Amino acid sequence: MIDFGFSVNPSSRINLDAADGEKFHRLAALEPDALKCMACGSCSASCSAAAFEDTSLRRALLSLQNGLSDDAAKLLSHCMLCGKCTMVCPRGINTRHLILSILKIYSL
Amino acid sequence: MISLITNTVHQITPEGIIDRYPNSYNHFVLPFVIGMTFILVYLLIGLIRILYHLSGEDRLKLLKSLINPKTAWKNIKDIFCDCLLHTKIWKRKPLLGYMHSAIAFGWFLLIIVGHIEVGLFAPRHLSGLTEGSLYYPIFYRFFIWMNPAHETLRGSVFFFLMDLILLYILSGIGLAMFKRVRSIALGMRHTTKPSLADRVALYCLWLIFPLRLLAEGFTADLSGGGFLTRPLNWVFRAFFGNELNFLPTWWAYSICLGLFFLAMPFSRYMHILTEPLLILFRNAGLKVRKPRKGFAEAEIYACSSCGLCLDACPMNTQKKNLKYSSVYFIRFLRRRNKKKVNEIADKCLMCGKCYALCPVGVNSPAIRRAIRETHNNSIKSDYSFMDTYAGSAENSDKKNKILYFAGCMSHLTPVIIKSVETLLKASGEDYEFMDRDKGICCGRPLMLAGRTDAARQTIQANTKIINDSGCSILLVSCPICLKIFKEEYSLKGIEVLHYTQLADRLIKDGKLKVSKSSSAIVYHDPCELGRGCGIYEEPRNVLKAVAELKKASKEKDESICCGYSLGTITLDEKDKAKIAESSVSSLMAENPDEIVTSCPLCYRAIRSKAEVPVKDFAEIICENIEKQ
Repeated sequence: MIDFGFSVNPSSRINLDAADGEKFHRLAALEPDALKCMACGSCSASCSAAAFEDTSLRRALLSLQNGLSDDAAKLLSHCMLCGKCTMVCPRGINTRHLILSILKIYSL
Repeated sequence: MISLITNTVHQITPEGIIDRYPNSYNHFVLPFVIGMTFILVYLLIGLIRILYHLSGEDRLKLLKSLINPKTAWKNIKDIFCDCLLHTKIWKRKPLLGYMHSAIAFGWFLLIIVGHIEVGLFAPRHLSGLTEGSLYYPIFYRFFIWMNPAHETLRGSVFFFLMDLILLYILSGIGLAMFKRVRSIALGMRHTTKPSLADRVALYCLWLIFPLRLLAEGFTADLSGGGFLTRPLNWVFRAFFGNELNFLPTWWAYSICLGLFFLAMPFSRYMHILTEPLLILFRNAGLKVRKPRKGFAEAEIYACSSCGLCLDACPMNTQKKNLKYSSVYFIRFLRRRNKKKVNEIADKCLMCGKCYALCPVGVNSPAIRRAIRETHNNSIKSDYSFMDTYAGSAENSDKKNKILYFAGCMSHLTPVIIKSVETLLKASGEDYEFMDRDKGICCGRPLMLAGRTDAARQTIQANTKIINDSGCSILLVSCPICLKIFKEEYSLKGIEVLHYTQLADRLIKDGKLKVSKSSSAIVYHDPCELGRGCGIYEEPRNVLKAVAELKKASKEKDESICCGYSLGTITLDEKDKAKIAESSVSSLMAENPDEIVTSCPLCYRAIRSKAEVPVKDFAEIICENIEKQ
């Protein structure tokens, strides 16, 4: 192929068929707080691990809903369970259990 | 029955005691012998099982501790104080302590004095199994015939002693029965629901001693008796006319004993026999490694199911959470109910109050952690960034300085960090901030969640950073970090201090001068600092110097967790809020003007519920530093 010096971006279209509804149900049964998130981003802003690596619970949850479960597991793989996100969450989500449950169900 | 008595051949011993039965046997001893044999065999097998599941290293440790005279003495002292006298219960609830010691120590005395009596008066019955040494001392009064003409002073002393001990036990049994009806009278708001085996053993235990009194009462005119059994015998004779009613009561006594021993391994009363083993293990320094085997098994069977942890557990501000208490956790674990065990293990706040107040000292938080390890340790994580970060840490050869590690949580409460820095500057200490912009977690949250391998990685990285810094003191402002730094890190030559300890030291050394204000404050003991690391006095010393210190209704090792502990995995926000409320209401017992605590988590939790200002320990010191 001729190199034009630029390329077409890969499609950013979301394939919702890839979202595993059954797995998400299992997650919600294990930790009902999975449904409570309003994606405010407090967790990501306070995250200790985010200072080193790309870590975000907010994006992980969105990724799960968009069928990108590998991305979600990756985003949480650096988590040290320090619990700052639990303390700052305005929705009172039990983030530590949510993270543990996601890592268990969607393990890479 | 008449033939039973008249057909016997009397053997006269020098002391004038007559064996009513030449071979010292009657069928009624069978239930007792069966029960006793069963429990002895069960114990032997259990002991072998537990020892088999200990690691080789632990067995060696145990052996060494048994030979070491210092620990051997401690073993004897602990077994005597904890298993027999129940000093731990005495200290907190005297009436309950009396009840337990009356039954345990009384029964122990009854057995010992009974054996001494047989040893003195009919020694051949202690010599071998053929002479009935297994049961003879228990049913001694049945087998002897005391000729009144031969009653000696020595004999009367034993009659008196045995009756006195029996009375002592009966008073305990009476209290125990009363406790079943009204537990609050003995200082317990909740008691455990007994299981079926518990009930069988419990009712047998209640019956054993009254039946012994009855049986010995019926026989007292033949065997002789003391101040209880003799009068009882006169009453019986006045009502029943002759002395021949005694055999059914001896049968009943023996059956109750036998049933008790048969039910014992399946009931809570197994703790009587397991607790000494647990004490030996604990004093040898063993730790829980597997959640159900080895040391943990000794802990599980040593749980007396007394339910003191029910009132202790902070989750029990709501009655629905009673089921998460350690006593039920241990019960389900004993029954190998995996589902329930996992559920309860994940709920716990790990505040350690049940462990601190447990009269047996069952370390159920450690077992809960071991359970969590079984289902969380396999979770994969990617901590490669830690090695890079630790590798880039600066090597410093500056000695005698303080390295301050704020920890994740302190960064959510900048006032703590600011105050600690002010405090250090005011006292002229040279310090370095380890995690000002970013830092690796101490590993305690991972450890509490059962992710031991992941925690080891954070520990390894932090150890390298701390050791490379060349500091002599590691200062932390978070009790959660403090606990793991003290227990799991190997920091050679570096002292780990909480900022309350450092402040106490600086004031004592005269480096920091504070003045006393007029405000009345109350201090909240964080779980990990108080029960976790045993630091109660240092913060109080300092606070007394800066304000008037009031008391909380529950403090020191009874302090109520703020509810937002990192120990819990599944407890939800509503339950946490309720616990925080109960913690605050305990702190407000004497209407203080301010609440002071020394943990970033407690600080945030209490501030969300308290109606009075909440301050951090360092913050209130900074307010009262004397201007020079």
